Amino acid sequence: MSDEIKEGPPEDLTREQLLGMYRRMRLIRGFENRAKEHFEAGEIAGFLHLSQGQEAVPVGTCTALRQDDYITSTHRGHGDVIAKGCDVKYMFAELYGRTTGYCKGKGGSMHIADFSQGIIGATGIVGGSVPTAPGIALSIKMRGTDQVVACFFGDGATAGGGFHEALNLSSLWQVPIIFVCQNNLYALSHPWEKTAYKCELSYRVSTYNIPAECVDGMDALAVYRAARKAVDRARAGGGPSFIEAKTYRFLGHYVGDPGLYMPPEEREAWRKRDAILKLGRQLRAWGCLTEEEDAQIAADVDAELEGAIAFAQSSPLPPPEDALTDVYVHFDYLGNPLDEGEQR
Amino acid sequence: MLRDERVFLMGEDIADPFGSAYKVTLGLSPEFGTDRVRQTPISELGFVGAGVGAALTGMRPVVELMYIDFSMLAMDQIVNQAAKIRYMSGGQAEVPLVIRTQGGLGRSSAAHHAQSLEAWFVHLPGMLVAMPSTPYDAKGLLKTAIRLNDPVMFIEHKLLYNTEGPVPEEEYTIPFGVADVKREGTDCTVVATSMTVLKALQAAEMLKKEGISVEVVDPRTLFPLDIETIIQSVRKTSRLIVAHESPERGGFAAEVIAQIADKAFGYIDAPIQRVCAPSVPTPFARHLEDFITADETKIADRVRSLVRGEI
Repeated sequence: MSDEIKEGPPEDLTREQLLGMYRRMRLIRGFENRAKEHFEAGEIAGFLHLSQGQEAVPVGTCTALRQDDYITSTHRGHGDVIAKGCDVKYMFAELYGRTTGYCKGKGGSMHIADFSQGIIGATGIVGGSVPTAPGIALSIKMRGTDQVVACFFGDGATAGGGFHEALNLSSLWQVPIIFVCQNNLYALSHPWEKTAYKCELSYRVSTYNIPAECVDGMDALAVYRAARKAVDRARAGGGPSFIEAKTYRFLGHYVGDPGLYMPPEEREAWRKRDAILKLGRQLRAWGCLTEEEDAQIAADVDAELEGAIAFAQSSPLPPPEDALTDVYVHFDYLGNPLDEGEQR
Repeated sequence: MLRDERVFLMGEDIADPFGSAYKVTLGLSPEFGTDRVRQTPISELGFVGAGVGAALTGMRPVVELMYIDFSMLAMDQIVNQAAKIRYMSGGQAEVPLVIRTQGGLGRSSAAHHAQSLEAWFVHLPGMLVAMPSTPYDAKGLLKTAIRLNDPVMFIEHKLLYNTEGPVPEEEYTIPFGVADVKREGTDCTVVATSMTVLKALQAAEMLKKEGISVEVVDPRTLFPLDIETIIQSVRKTSRLIVAHESPERGGFAAEVIAQIADKAFGYIDAPIQRVCAPSVPTPFARHLEDFITADETKIADRVRSLVRGEI
C-alpha cells in the first residue's frame, strides 16, 4: 500500500466532506477548462489567469473555514472563491460581463467578490490584498467574534514590502489570520529561486514569530490538516499562522501564454502529481468513492457547468449607463447626493 | 468615538504622551484606550491596508497619515483598494474609512513634508476629499467624514492647527458638497482652499481699503464639489481667480476653471486666473518657500490687476 493510502483520511472529516472536497476540486478544474474554451472562442473578454494544478490549496484551506469566515484572493482566484462557496453560475455571468454576475460585470475574472460569504474580493495587484487582510483580522478581534480570515497569495507577492508589513502587523496584533502562500514556483515567468535567495519561506516567516508550515500543495488533505491547525489556533485567540503550499501552475501565466519558461520535464513531473487524481485514488482506496460515484460526480459537475454557461450566455448585458453607478454609497459619480433609496 | 464604538484611530505616534506630530490626538488614548487609539509602527502600507480591511468588515477606522507626503507609501491601498473596491465588486462593498492627514507650506519643511497632493485624490474615482479651513468646518466635516460609508481623504493644514475660531460644544455636522462663502463681495470671486482661504480673506481686507470688493468661496470639500455656489458667485462678480498652495499644473484650480468655462462661460468678463505655487518641488529655505506660496499679497495683486482690466 502506498504512503498516500496508508495514511488514512483525516479523522475529523466525514465521507460527505471528503467527497465534497473532491467534487469542488473537479468543479474548479472544470470551471477553468470551460472558461478557457469560451475565452479562446472569443466569448469572454480581458484576461484569464488559470490555476489548474493548484486546486488542492484553496479546497484544503476552505474546508477548515466556516461560511462566516473571510478570504481574500488574487488575480488567479477562481479556485479560491469556488472553494469558499461561490456559485459558478454567477461567476460565469461575471466573466461574460453580465448584470447577473457577482460584480454586475464591473470586476471580471480577476475580481470576483461575494461579501455575503466573506469573499472580500480578488485583486489584480500582486500582493494587493495582503496588507488588507490583517485589517479584516483586526476587525474580527475588535468586534469580538471567533471568525478568521484566510489570505491567499502567490510566491510573487512575497518579495513585496506589503507582505512583510502585513506579517509584522499581524504578529504584533496577534490577530486571527491565516496567510496561505500558493507557491506555484513562478511569478508570471519569474522562477521562485530567483525571487528569494536560498529561501525557506516558512523559516523566513517564522522569524516574525508566526507559526509557519510548509506543506505539499498537491495533497488536499495535507493542506487541510495544516489549515485546520491554523484555523483552530486563530479561533482560540492564538494569532496568525502561515502556510506555504508548494504547488504548480500547469499552464502559462494567462491564457495565451504558452509558458515557454517552464521546462517540459518539470511540467510533466508535476502533472503526474495532479492533486485531483491523488484525492480520487485515496477516496477509492478508502472505500469512500466507487467508480460509479466518480462518474456521477463528473457528470454532475459537467451539468452544473453547462447550466452555468447557459445562464451566463442568456443573462442580459448591463445597460451602458451602468458604468456610472456603484462608485459611491452616498453620491453619484458626479458628486450629487443620492437619496437613501437610490444609494447604490 | 463616544457615539459609535466601531470608530477607532490608527497611525504613527498617535498615543499619549506624544499625541501625534501635530497633537491632534492628544488625550484620546487615555480616554479610549490603546485598542481604539492604536499606535502603529512606521508602516504606512501596512496600517492603511489594515484600515481598508477593517472598514470592509464592520469597523469605521480613522487612519492617520502623519504627513500627506507619506500617502505615497500606501498608495496601492488608497487607490487600488479603498477607492475602487465598491465599484469593482458591483456595489457590494462599503468602505467607511477616513484617512486623516495634513499637508501644506509654511514651516520650512521642504519637499517631503510640505506637499499639497489633494488634486491626486480629487482625480481618483471612488474617493471623497475634504479640506477644512476653519475650526468650525474641521469639526463639522470630520464628523460627517466618519459617518459616511465612502472613503474620505481628510486633508488638514499644518498652520491651521494654531488658528482659533468659534466651535460649538454641541453636536453638528457639515454636509459634503456644500461650499461656504467666507466673505461676500461684488467685484471678483476668489475660490480658495484650506490655508489659502485665510490668505484670500486677508487679501480681501487689503483690497477693501482700495474700494475693491472680493467674494471668497471655500468649497470645503473638493469632491464632491459645490460648483453651483461658485457659479452663483461669478454670476455676481463676473471675475474668477482660483488660489491654492499646490503646484499650478494639473491642480485643483484647473478643474474648477474647466467647470466654470463649461457651465458659466457667459458670466465671465475677464480672463480666469490661477494663483498657485509654480510647478516646482517645495523648497526648504524660508524666502524660497515664501516666493512660491500663494499668499495674500499675490492674491491681492492679481485681483487688483484683473479688476483694473490690466490682464
